[in-house]
Amino acid sequence: MDLRFSVQLAIIGLTFFMLINASALLVLAERKIMGFMQQRYGPYLVGPHGLLQPLADILKLLMKEELRPKGADKWLFTLAPILSVTAAFAAFATVPWGGETTFFGLLDTPVKLGVADINVGLLVVFAITSMGVYGIVLAGWASNSKYSLMGGLRASAQMISYELAYATSLAAVILLAGSLSLREVVDTQAGTWFGFIPRWLVFLQPVGFIIYVIAGVAETNRAPFDFPEAEQELVAGYNTEYSSVRFALFPQAEYINMATMSAVATDLYLGGWHGIPLLDAYGLSWVTFLLKVGAILFTYIWMRWTLPRYRYDQLMAFGWKFLFPLSVINLIVTAALVLYFNA
Amino acid sequence: MPEVVTFYLLAGTAVVASALVIGQRNPMYSVMFLIVAFAALAGLYIQLDAPFVAVAQIIIYAGAIMVLFLFVVMLLNAPQEDTEHDVRMHPFAGPGPMRFGALLALGLAAELGWALTRTPSEAGSFAVTPVSSVAAIGRSLFTEYAFAFEVTSILILVAMVGAVVLARREEPR
Repeated sequence: MDLRFSVQLAIIGLTFFMLINASALLVLAERKIMGFMQQRYGPYLVGPHGLLQPLADILKLLMKEELRPKGADKWLFTLAPILSVTAAFAAFATVPWGGETTFFGLLDTPVKLGVADINVGLLVVFAITSMGVYGIVLAGWASNSKYSLMGGLRASAQMISYELAYATSLAAVILLAGSLSLREVVDTQAGTWFGFIPRWLVFLQPVGFIIYVIAGVAETNRAPFDFPEAEQELVAGYNTEYSSVRFALFPQAEYINMATMSAVATDLYLGGWHGIPLLDAYGLSWVTFLLKVGAILFTYIWMRWTLPRYRYDQLMAFGWKFLFPLSVINLIVTAALVLYFNA
Repeated sequence: MPEVVTFYLLAGTAVVASALVIGQRNPMYSVMFLIVAFAALAGLYIQLDAPFVAVAQIIIYAGAIMVLFLFVVMLLNAPQEDTEHDVRMHPFAGPGPMRFGALLALGLAAELGWALTRTPSEAGSFAVTPVSSVAAIGRSLFTEYAFAFEVTSILILVAMVGAVVLARREEPR
C-alpha cells in the first residue's frame, strides 16, 4: 500500500473520529453553556469540571434496556435511527476542513484535508442532508404512537419548507464563486480587499448568510425551531418511544448535523481555513477552520437558550411568506450583479 | 472489471427494488423500496460519469418521496386498507378494467421488447458533451432543450394549480 493512499485513509478515519467526538463534546458544551446562561455550573461531578460527563452519558445509554413498542413496525423502527445517523456522517464526506498540509514536513507532497473533493460537493451535502429527514419521519411513523407521528409529520413539513430557502441561499453563493466544489469556493475567498477586509463571502452575501443560518437551524431541528420534539406538546416528539442505543443515535445525528451545518457555513461564507496567515504558514490552517466552526456552534447553542420556541403556524408562515421570497430576491439581485460586473 | 461488478450490483438492486415496490402490501414499505431503487439509479449515473445527474436525482426524489410518505400517512390510512374484502370490492377489480389493464401491460411489454431489440446505432446518436460539467448541462438545457424545459415547467404549474384547487376548502357563503 503506498503512502498516499494510507494517508488518505487516515484522514477519513480522523474525520469520522472528529465527528463522533463532536457529538459527545457538543452535548457537554450545550449543558455547560446552558448552565452558565442560567447562572449555575452545569455537570460538575464526573471528571474535572464535569469534563467526562459525555462518557458517563454514553455508558448509561448503552446499559439501558432496549424497548420496542408492541404496535411498532419492526423493521422501520430499527432502520430509522440507523438511517438518521448514517446520513449525518455521510453528509460530511465532501466538506473540506483544511487547506493543504505536509504534517510538518512528514510527507513529500502536501495532502488536502477532507474526505473527498468532487465537483458537485455542495450538492452532495445538500442531497444527503435531505435524506436525513427520512430517519425522523420513519421514526415517527414506525413508533405507532400519536406523539411520535405528530413529530414526524412536523419534521417533514418543516424540512420541506425550509429546504427551499436553504437551497436558494446556497445558489447565490454558487453564482458568486462560480463553482459547486466546496474547496474551490473556499479558495476564491483567500486574500483581502483593500488590504484589511478578508475576502469572505459573508460580506457579499449578508442576507444570504442570515437566511442560511436560520434555515440551517430549522433543518437541524434546533430551538427555536425544534417542533418535531416540542416537549410541552409532544412529550419528546418523534423519539418518544425510543430508548437505549436507538435513542442515543437521534441526538448524535442532530449534533453531527449541527457540526456539518457549521462547517459548510464556514466554508461558504466565512472563508473556510483562510484568515490567520501565521497558522497557514505552519500548515495549521485547520485550526483556523475549527475556531470558526466552534464560534458558529457556540452561536447555535446560545440561540437555543435565549430564544423561545415559535408557534407552529408562525414557523410555516415565516418560512413560506418571508424567508423563501427573501432568498429568491437575494438570488435574483446576486445574479443581476454578477451578470453586470462580469459583462 | 470492477465496473461490470458494480454495474450488475446497482442494476440488480434497482430492478429488484422496483419489483418490490409494487409487490408490497404495506404502502410504507413500497415507498421505502422506491427510495432504494432511486438510490441505485443514482449510483448508475455516477458510474456513467454524470455525478450532477445523480445528485439531482437524489435531491428531487428525496423531496418527492417525502410528499408520497405524507400521502400514505394522511390519505391511505395504511396498512389496514388492503384487506381481502377491499381488494375484491375495488372499482378496478371488475372484468372490464382487468382486460384493459392486461391490454396496457401487453402494450408495454411489446414496446419494451421493440426497444431492446433495436441496436444502439438505430436508436440515434446523442451529442457527446461532458455531462459532468454543470455549466454544460445548464447551457444545453436553456438553449438546445429550452422548449422541452419550458413545457415541463408549464406542466408542473398546471399540476400545482390543480392541487391548490383540489385542496382548497369551499368558502362559506
